[in-house]
Amino acid sequence: MTGLVIQDVTKKFGSIVAVEDVNLTFNSGEMICFLGPSGCGKTTLLRMIAGLEEPTRGMISIDGRDLTGVPVHKRDIGMVFQSFALFPHLSVGENISYSMRIRGHSRSECEDRVTELLDMMHLPGVADRRISQLSGGQRQRVAIARALALNPQVFLLDEPMSALDANLREAMQIELRKLQLELGITTVVVTHDQTEAMTMADQIVVMGKAKVLQTGGPMDIYKTPADKFVAGFIGTSNLLPAQMAGNDTVRVGGAELKVGGVKGDHQSGEDVLLMTRPEEVFVHPVTDAPPANAISGTVTFVRDIGATIEILVDCAGNEVISVLTPKDWPGVKVGEAVNVEMPAAACNVLAA
Amino acid sequence: MQTAPLSRYLSLVPSSVMVGVFFAIPFVMILLTSVSTPAEDVDYRYAFDLQHFERFLTWFYIERALFSAGLCALIALISLLIAFPFTYLLTTFGPRTQTSWLIYILAQLSLSEVLIAFSWQILLSRTSGIGNIIAWIGITEKSFSMSPSAGAVVAALVYLAVPFSVLLLFPALSRLDKSLLEASRTLGASPLRTFFTVVIPVTRPAIISSGVTVFVLTLGAIIVPQVLGRPEHWTLSVLITDQAIFNFNMPFASALAVVLLVLSASVIVLVTRYAGGAKS
Repeated sequence: MTGLVIQDVTKKFGSIVAVEDVNLTFNSGEMICFLGPSGCGKTTLLRMIAGLEEPTRGMISIDGRDLTGVPVHKRDIGMVFQSFALFPHLSVGENISYSMRIRGHSRSECEDRVTELLDMMHLPGVADRRISQLSGGQRQRVAIARALALNPQVFLLDEPMSALDANLREAMQIELRKLQLELGITTVVVTHDQTEAMTMADQIVVMGKAKVLQTGGPMDIYKTPADKFVAGFIGTSNLLPAQMAGNDTVRVGGAELKVGGVKGDHQSGEDVLLMTRPEEVFVHPVTDAPPANAISGTVTFVRDIGATIEILVDCAGNEVISVLTPKDWPGVKVGEAVNVEMPAAACNVLAA
Repeated sequence: MQTAPLSRYLSLVPSSVMVGVFFAIPFVMILLTSVSTPAEDVDYRYAFDLQHFERFLTWFYIERALFSAGLCALIALISLLIAFPFTYLLTTFGPRTQTSWLIYILAQLSLSEVLIAFSWQILLSRTSGIGNIIAWIGITEKSFSMSPSAGAVVAALVYLAVPFSVLLLFPALSRLDKSLLEASRTLGASPLRTFFTVVIPVTRPAIISSGVTVFVLTLGAIIVPQVLGRPEHWTLSVLITDQAIFNFNMPFASALAVVLLVLSASVIVLVTRYAGGAKS
């Protein structure tokens, strides 16, 4: 079932274009991450779904209901703000039941729901505390509970993890995803952290400079990024300058490599970028039989951190990183000449 | 570090001397004068005589005290009703608009009470006041005078108090986290509901301190009630002036001043105790 639809949405602040021609369609119950660097328009897009900004042009609908011109308080949304925006003059319980009291629910209904939500957020027994008595992590849980009190149609989170420290952040990402799957609520999270997006999302929307660059599942985006910006933003990637040498062949330095995926239409002889992921690149000593689809280089650094080994190879002035598990460890040393194998399936061609 | 406490006390000396000489000593003298006793050879002699306070305990003076408190409470309320929405709207504008308004309001404070009182007297007069405009529009047949009256006193004192209210409310309202208002909206509260359930409670300490300040400030006003009010609109402060300057009755003026001080102090204590810090 179609959930959230964003159609031809553009937002301008004066002469500044914050969001340009965004078209997105998501299924009901999906977890969507808007991912991009700061100033790319992802928060503005979220605020337009919430109704805190009106689109200059275009339409947003949820479960078939057009939200154009619907004021914020009639949209049936739950939102968690970056600063959490908990009401300092109310207790934890009063914060959570705020929306219920606005709708005129009875005192006992409110109390039951508060207890239920606090149990769900693993925060039992704090209903009577002041907001100032809570830690950052607890505040976030209260903010989530408050947003979910009335079972909204859409759950929106604006950089929800940015106020938490690193350890807590990773635990909360998993917890939030579990909660979202349990409730089956259409959720949109704005983040600039690619790990966060990869951890939680069904669909990632990568944004840059007011535009949507790529939309897809986390693995689609990771394996076949649309351009060098997306490749650089999601995970680590090796980008080598190359020329097209036929339909599925590129020339890198002196070597010719077969490639699996080609993004866009490229003429033979055109300058392109060859993209590979570090964990799909293998390093072999020159003394071994030369592998197919390889280029030569010199090892410049080896970082062995136990679980993985990272090898930095200089290939004619370009750095290639290979991340290997100990079982693939070729036993190379710094300064040694090596062949870097890039299997055709791991090679992607992007516009230069 | 034995010198540290001494140097800290030393830095307190100039301000302590200032406060002592100009505030504490005169205050003690007022206290002593208020319990002095009449004498034949001099105006009065220091003693412990409560006759001036006994004189206050007549219905005339008690009624004056209650009237003063009620009048000033009303003025504080009206000032807040004008200043709060204004200041709230002001914080939604850009920094340039805010600065120019604040400078204008600060400039207002340089107008003296005397000037304001006589300007309002002209404004409310029969011959050259707004009565003429009302008559010109045709609401009344003839221009009329609106002062002296209680309304005139209230209007001029509100005029005097609003800039103070705005300046006292501005810091709290400009620091108000706008995401709280957005959060309230996303939770289903209309803008009006948000105003009453979030904006006012969150800024309550500033509202209370602004109200109390205006109350105490107008309690000390002496020109406006005399110029724009009839004797029945005179506040305690006017009576103190009357006793001190025209009747040369320093002991009774001092006793009234002590009553006024107790009145203001108890209002400050009560309001901050029961409205300011509650719910924590």
